[in-house]
Amino acid sequence: MFAFTIRRLLFAIPTLLAISFIIFAILDLAPSDPTGNLPLTIPPEVRAQIRSSLGLDEPFPIRYALWLNQFFINEPLNMIEGWTGWTIGDGERLRVTSWATRSPVVDLIVERMPQTLWVVGMSQIIAILIAVPIGVISAYKQYSWFDQIGTFVSMLGFSIPTFFTGLVFIVLFSVHLKWFPSIYDTNHVIDSWSSFVFQIKQMIMPTMVLALATAAQLSRYMRASMLDNLQQDYVRTARAKGLSERVVVTIHVLRNSMIPVVTVIALNVPTIFGGAIITEQIFRVNGIGQLLIIGIQGADIPLVQTLTFIFAVLIVMFNLIADVLYGILDPRIRYE
Amino acid sequence: MRDTTAPLLDVAGLKTVFHTRSGDVHAVNSISFALEAGELVGVVGESGSGKSVTMMSLMDLLPRSAEIVGGEVLFEGRDVRGMTRAELLQLRGRDVGFVFQDPMTSLNPVFTVGRQITERLRKHMGMTKAEAKVRAAELLGLVGISDPERRLSDYPHQFSGGMRQRVMIAIALACDPKLLIADEPTTALDVTIQAQIIELVRDLRRKLDMGIIWITHDLGVVAGIADRVIVMYAGQIVEQGPVRDLFARPQHPYTRALLETLPKVTGERSERLHTIEGQPPSLGDEPTSCPFAPRCAHAFARCMTENPFRVDVGGGHDVACWWDPETGEMRDV
Ligand SMILES: Nc1ncnc2c1ncn2[C@@H]1O[C@H](COP(=O)(O)OP(=O)(O)O)[C@@H](O)[C@H]1O
Ligand SMILES: [Mg+2]
Repeated sequence: MFAFTIRRLLFAIPTLLAISFIIFAILDLAPSDPTGNLPLTIPPEVRAQIRSSLGLDEPFPIRYALWLNQFFINEPLNMIEGWTGWTIGDGERLRVTSWATRSPVVDLIVERMPQTLWVVGMSQIIAILIAVPIGVISAYKQYSWFDQIGTFVSMLGFSIPTFFTGLVFIVLFSVHLKWFPSIYDTNHVIDSWSSFVFQIKQMIMPTMVLALATAAQLSRYMRASMLDNLQQDYVRTARAKGLSERVVVTIHVLRNSMIPVVTVIALNVPTIFGGAIITEQIFRVNGIGQLLIIGIQGADIPLVQTLTFIFAVLIVMFNLIADVLYGILDPRIRYE
Repeated sequence: MRDTTAPLLDVAGLKTVFHTRSGDVHAVNSISFALEAGELVGVVGESGSGKSVTMMSLMDLLPRSAEIVGGEVLFEGRDVRGMTRAELLQLRGRDVGFVFQDPMTSLNPVFTVGRQITERLRKHMGMTKAEAKVRAAELLGLVGISDPERRLSDYPHQFSGGMRQRVMIAIALACDPKLLIADEPTTALDVTIQAQIIELVRDLRRKLDMGIIWITHDLGVVAGIADRVIVMYAGQIVEQGPVRDLFARPQHPYTRALLETLPKVTGERSERLHTIEGQPPSLGDEPTSCPFAPRCAHAFARCMTENPFRVDVGGGHDVACWWDPETGEMRDV
């Protein structure tokens, strides 16, 4: 299993390099000018100077190599320095810089990552907590009223986009009921019980919008997987051994049914980050989704390149995690 | 509470129906039979004749679409269908062992075989983890798996088909059952492994003294191990009797046809296998005529209007047929 994981990690490197090249090349083709948003009074010579100071005079391969060097070597070294307090070399390195703010892209991302991680992470946990029991009960009581209602509700959850649920939530819970704030206050500091309660309150809506959309999908997978396993021969063997229905379903069947579902959960995580882009816009959460939108609107190519690449890394990473989890859960894979 | 004069298992008028989208299927139609403690009964019949469904009905192990619509099942005189959930689990767990047809799918792929044996021992024998492990290794040894302690921590996919069926037998025997139900335990295995498993059960039977129901579609297997044979057709028992008597004087045309399909040990190898002409009936309705009549060379007019009841032909042997093979005439009943 360990060797398998290492091998998969090594395979991920060329994949990521290829992806980074494609992202860099495509965004480089975009007709964008970092000086485009500057006042018209700035003379062309100055504009040319700004462009060359950003390294845009160099040919494409050099710029790509520089970006690679900055992203894969300089930034990780900076992070290590930040965590450990050491100084590696002279500590002076070129960094990937945002055209719009002139600050290092990675700093911007690090600043905004926690908000996104909270919303995405919590929504995943809540989605799993909702979806697994619903899927199990729906399958065990197939065609019961519980199953019928579950099917109907998850169809709704499936087909209604998150921006719509988000708006409905705001209208209902913020405007009418006034339970939760409609705008996420990112500067909020938790230093007391009441501020903690406020934090929970402001997280509920963005988290639930994502959680419900994910749960709708996951509960279907869970149900299908349970139905598939409930009619397997080993279930009859378990019953014939005199085990109670509870043990048969929640231990024998559930354990087998989780194998494909866990894979789906892991593979689904990058999609949720994508979904977070929209949710963050609606609730004004200043996470990385919002950062990406700002970057695209401002034609901030380095920022967009880096964020897009980070999404690509997430996808590759969670693919790997899915494979490893599969191996851990299924002994038939583990022992190959 | 226990009735010591009662047979180990006494089944009367058992009826099971599947409710399917394309209508009901009457899979088991008024099955009655009894099994004495320590007796080995072979149940034979073509595929689809209701052997498995009958046995699943006994311990209520049917799929959700099936319903037991009538009949009585007594285990040592206790009414199984009237049992509480807890009593039924206790009966399944302690007193009855099942071995199913396909050893490749009958074990849970994600748990070690050790766990699949000890689970039962801990629940029904009240053993600790350590005691259960010792006993589980003993059981694997009993069914002829070498190096049992080590193999306890292996997963089912690490065993061959024959070895998995031995594991299934070990699970079935875990709590010293009074009754072992083996549903075509060797059908999915190749011939040499089949012979080994049969030998194993014959041997265990002597050691453990339990009642055994051995389901097979192979009369040859039954001849070697059974005390008594039940022949099933279309969800009914068409003939049953002591093994020697049944082979010596088969009564039902269906039994006779089954016997003819057996390869003759003495005959030349090239002798063509007889097969029975025609198809078994569909079971959409409960039969009101003899279900075998359409395939039968001896059917009378009465066979088309009335389903024959079982007639005693002496020596504990009975048959659900009006044709008398000795005279070729209708029986006088
Ligand atoms: N799950 C099911 N749904 C509907 N009909 C079934 C089902 N299982 C078995 N049957 C029907 O019950 C009859 C008896 O099947 P079974 O007991 O499995 O036969 P055997 O074990 O003798 O080969 C068959 O006609 C079959 O079509
Ligand atoms: Mg069968």
